[in-house]
Amino acid sequence: MAKSNDLNRREFIKTGSLASAFILSFQLPLPAIARGKTNVAARFAPNAFISISEDNSVKILCNHSEMGQGTYTAMTQLIAEEMDADWSKITVEPAPADATLYSCPAFGMQLTGGSASSYGEWDRLRKVGASARDMLLQAATKVWGVEIVSCRTDNGYVVHSSGKKLAYGELVTKMQGIQPKNDSELVLKDPKDFKYIGKSVKRVEALEKVNGSGKFGMDVSIPGMLVAVVERPPVFGSKVKSFNADKSKSVPGVKHVVQIDRGIAVVATGYWAARKGREVLEVDWDLGPLLNTQKQREQYLAMSKTPGLVATKEGDVSKVHGAAKTIAVLYEFPYLNHAQMEPLNATADVRKDGCDIYIGTQAQTFEQMTAAQILGMKPEQIKVHTQLLGGAFGRRSVFDGHIAAEAVQTSRAVGAPVKVMWSREDDLKGGYYRTVSLHQIKGSIGAANNPVSWHHRVVCQSFMIGSPMEKMAVKNGVDSVSVEGASELHYDIPNIQVEWHQGKDLVPTLWMRSVGHSYNAYVKECFMDELAFAAGKDPYLFRKAMMKKEPRLLGVLDAVAKKSGWGKPLPAGHARGIAVHASFESFTAQVAEVSISPDGKPKVHKVWLAIDCGPVINPDKVRAQMEGSVIFGLTSALYGKLTFKDGRVQQNNFYDYKMVRMDDAPPVDVTIIESPEKMGGVGEPGVPCTAPAVANALFTLTKKRIRKLPFPADVRKA
Amino acid sequence: MISLQVNGKTQEVDAPEDMPLLWALRENLGLTGTKFGCGVAQCGACTVHLDGEAVRSCITPLSRARGKNIVTIEGLDDEIGHRLQKAWIEEEVPQCGYCQSGQIMSAYVLLKEIPNPTDKNIDDSMTGNICRCGTYQRIRAAIHTAAAGK
Repeated sequence: MAKSNDLNRREFIKTGSLASAFILSFQLPLPAIARGKTNVAARFAPNAFISISEDNSVKILCNHSEMGQGTYTAMTQLIAEEMDADWSKITVEPAPADATLYSCPAFGMQLTGGSASSYGEWDRLRKVGASARDMLLQAATKVWGVEIVSCRTDNGYVVHSSGKKLAYGELVTKMQGIQPKNDSELVLKDPKDFKYIGKSVKRVEALEKVNGSGKFGMDVSIPGMLVAVVERPPVFGSKVKSFNADKSKSVPGVKHVVQIDRGIAVVATGYWAARKGREVLEVDWDLGPLLNTQKQREQYLAMSKTPGLVATKEGDVSKVHGAAKTIAVLYEFPYLNHAQMEPLNATADVRKDGCDIYIGTQAQTFEQMTAAQILGMKPEQIKVHTQLLGGAFGRRSVFDGHIAAEAVQTSRAVGAPVKVMWSREDDLKGGYYRTVSLHQIKGSIGAANNPVSWHHRVVCQSFMIGSPMEKMAVKNGVDSVSVEGASELHYDIPNIQVEWHQGKDLVPTLWMRSVGHSYNAYVKECFMDELAFAAGKDPYLFRKAMMKKEPRLLGVLDAVAKKSGWGKPLPAGHARGIAVHASFESFTAQVAEVSISPDGKPKVHKVWLAIDCGPVINPDKVRAQMEGSVIFGLTSALYGKLTFKDGRVQQNNFYDYKMVRMDDAPPVDVTIIESPEKMGGVGEPGVPCTAPAVANALFTLTKKRIRKLPFPADVRKA
Repeated sequence: MISLQVNGKTQEVDAPEDMPLLWALRENLGLTGTKFGCGVAQCGACTVHLDGEAVRSCITPLSRARGKNIVTIEGLDDEIGHRLQKAWIEEEVPQCGYCQSGQIMSAYVLLKEIPNPTDKNIDDSMTGNICRCGTYQRIRAAIHTAAAGK
């Protein structure tokens, strides 16, 4: 985080005014209209994120990918606030791939994930804006020959105390000799003066998302482009022995059939022809081991009965005496697919001198490095054109860059630009899942009916071990991501132990929205309800009593209890459930009001959610993330399940991998706690509490605990 | 060559008759506002109007679309369409936005048939459209807003 304030000034700050040479010096393409020899509009780019034009327009290059979370808007609010820009003059474009200029301060690479964009950029991008404002102020004082103290900025103007003013665009050609200040000299605004930050500024790319003009990766079309679908291994770990493409090549429109690292690419004039070509492709596979969900469960269960690597140890769970009650149970979770609405795709145009990649990616650095390695080129020869992302939830951030790699290899093989498209089935069966997991958990209640021990053992796969982020994530052999949400309990219990076993299967796993918290919070919050029930205590008050040292968690817990009318009477057949959790530097709690339909299916009538994420950049975007997170969490709880038989994924499409739809979707009431504390994330923290809150409510109705996800079709038979 | 009436214009498409309309719209005619989500009429992202009826273009062969009046999100240029798009922005519905063309195309047919829909009407007519970002609550609000704005 400390590194975030280094604007890497020497790399990109130039003070020349004319702009073509200047802009090219940091590889920003000129807009087409400015490429002509005449009437080149002067531009001033105080740094790699901002470019001001003579017509007063301000272009923001956003280094974070827009996947629905509103980052184009929020990042721009940070910059515009401190540069006192006129919001109506701002346009936002995706930044090119350049890890030197555009890395997320939280990761040190160009990556949008971990709910980290806002808190990662909070200081840096405000300073980016403040630096620009300061340079514009300096330029105006020089033009006027006045003292800087007599000038201020206001909505795209520098204003002198006499009342005269200069628009930012008028200063573009007056920047000679103006130097940026050191980061440490920049003074940021007092939050009480914020004009954009903290306001529900409308989404900058809203119009293009309602009139069909928004360009997602899937919508890319470049001259000469062909479309490919890839026949990938039917079983993870299998390899091509041989293939026969004769029938494929006879399909009208099919141009090439080529083998690439990950399978056989059928390349055609369009998607339909490519699909038809793939249907008749004959591939002989060397299959390798065939995973079965049932056998895998037996293996994980055996592992779970032996001591694992210790992630957390406080007190000594083996030396608890005088426990009045002890409960030991098993929780289980399946693999999950992200199921972002836009199936995966990437377009690559490989030439001798370089490569252009068009992709909705969360991780420009991974795509660039992967392509550079494949092609034996320098990273700067790989241009990544980030498109809108039709959902992502982690799936478009892959260490191995496989989505782009397929397009790069295919384009190189056929000597033309190629868009590789995944069908929904390809996407669903294509791996990189939220891991399967199995949990042994044992807790005990003392004589005073308070928890005295908590022993949680997690068995799951790790995608961090063996990745470039291994050093960051793995401590004492334990993948911290696998146990996140379990290893830091936040409840005041004297004896705690959390352990981990690594399941080693060939199924590729990946972060999916809220990652380890997606299962660990369920175990923690459902088991806490089990203990509360055993202790004969109210689940809200039981938690509250153990959270005295956690004011922010206590704050959201109290807020949601109050807002939902916890403890007040409900219609017959309705019940409330509660859950509270810390994740991604934020604190959330939820209450769900639930009943059971005559067919045994749960009906969630309403969810109340409170979040403390510290300072809020855009309240409406926070609310939107919370609303969507509840639906995401509910989908996993009600439906999410991928299983394997003979090595094959058994699910296919939305008919057997279901999503919550309009008629399942409860209204979500969001409370945002006003908080001056450290900023946290919002993309993921709304997810973890939904499933346990609903499950805890269902227990009140059925007296049956749901310890295996997804919920049974008839929850009365759990 | 198959002749299609798309957004009021006659367009010639060189494609087989069994090819779904979705691909003709997106790849032959460059109308990429209609989205590919599942290919099996499960998600609604590809919803277009065929003679005023909401259909899933991913399973509608060109042979069936021929001769029909086809409207896509790009051609939704009337009073109800504008009200919906305005309400979608007003209520800040889109997150990733990928499903929203289809959502709006479905909502349009709903408002044509039922100018003041109840929540139950909305459930019944919008349940075929998946939004993985979970914007349902705002879609519902935007439909009510659009309905009220006549």
